[in-house]
Amino acid sequence: MTSSLLDSLPYARFLNLQTQINGDEITVVMPFADRLIGNPMLPALHGGATAALLEMAAMAQVSLTYPRLRLPRPINVTVAYLRSGRPVDVFARARINKAGRRVAHVVAEAWQDARHEPIAALTAHFLLDPDETPPA
Amino acid sequence: MTDSFLNTLLPQLASGAAHTHALGFAFEGLKGDRVRMRVPYREDLIGDPETGILAGGLVTTLLDHVGGLAVWVTLGTFRPVATLDLRVDYMRAATPGRDLLAEARCYRLTRNLAFVRAWAFEDDPTDPVAAAQSAYMVSAEGDHRPGANLKSRRTTEGAA
Repeated sequence: MTSSLLDSLPYARFLNLQTQINGDEITVVMPFADRLIGNPMLPALHGGATAALLEMAAMAQVSLTYPRLRLPRPINVTVAYLRSGRPVDVFARARINKAGRRVAHVVAEAWQDARHEPIAALTAHFLLDPDETPPA
Repeated sequence: MTDSFLNTLLPQLASGAAHTHALGFAFEGLKGDRVRMRVPYREDLIGDPETGILAGGLVTTLLDHVGGLAVWVTLGTFRPVATLDLRVDYMRAATPGRDLLAEARCYRLTRNLAFVRAWAFEDDPTDPVAAAQSAYMVSAEGDHRPGANLKSRRTTEGAA
């Protein structure tokens, strides 16, 4: 069951990520918690937590759209930080730009109050081939 | 660069925030202009329960954070920095059960920007698990600080 994919991943549980599925689209929510704070002076969320949310949202979307035996593995991710993350819940949604036999290119955005004011954007490649591990 | 910055503030900047504390990040010291951090292996940081490999998002967080430390090392002091963008290449899976180290170097610093490269590895920097290239905004003295959008709208509108 893809709806429970993130529930089965320890790091997604560490971030307390919640999955909402609407048709073929996944929204992942990272509820605010004090331990997500990276800058106590502002305060602001740690950018790494937002990046991890985006990566997990992308993985969950790829897994839902292209079910495979293995989890999609990230090859590379690029995160642009657009706004500081305020100490409130964060939402993330991913879109698959292109999925070939072995590689998927995915973009994702994270936002807080307004969908059209993203706090971060991700571009990533994932390895889909169930038998192949990233080059050593 | 003052001793108190290196001995007291830098280790706090590595592990003192709630998120880095929760992840178990630890300062590992300096080698010239390179700074090192460690994240001890922990089961709740695993990305794939079938393999026990640490999550990509954790590696990203580690590389983002060690990159920020490298900026402060190069500045020789603390100033607010904000990650502008971060690219991480995952070269191979991390070895399950082993701590992950990260090393970063700020190789260019301008008035507003810092450019950093960072690596994550178990014990050999030439055999990296992941490599990062990142850019950080550095606030100049009295500058428009990162996180200015966190001010309430009322304050912002009132000032306009």
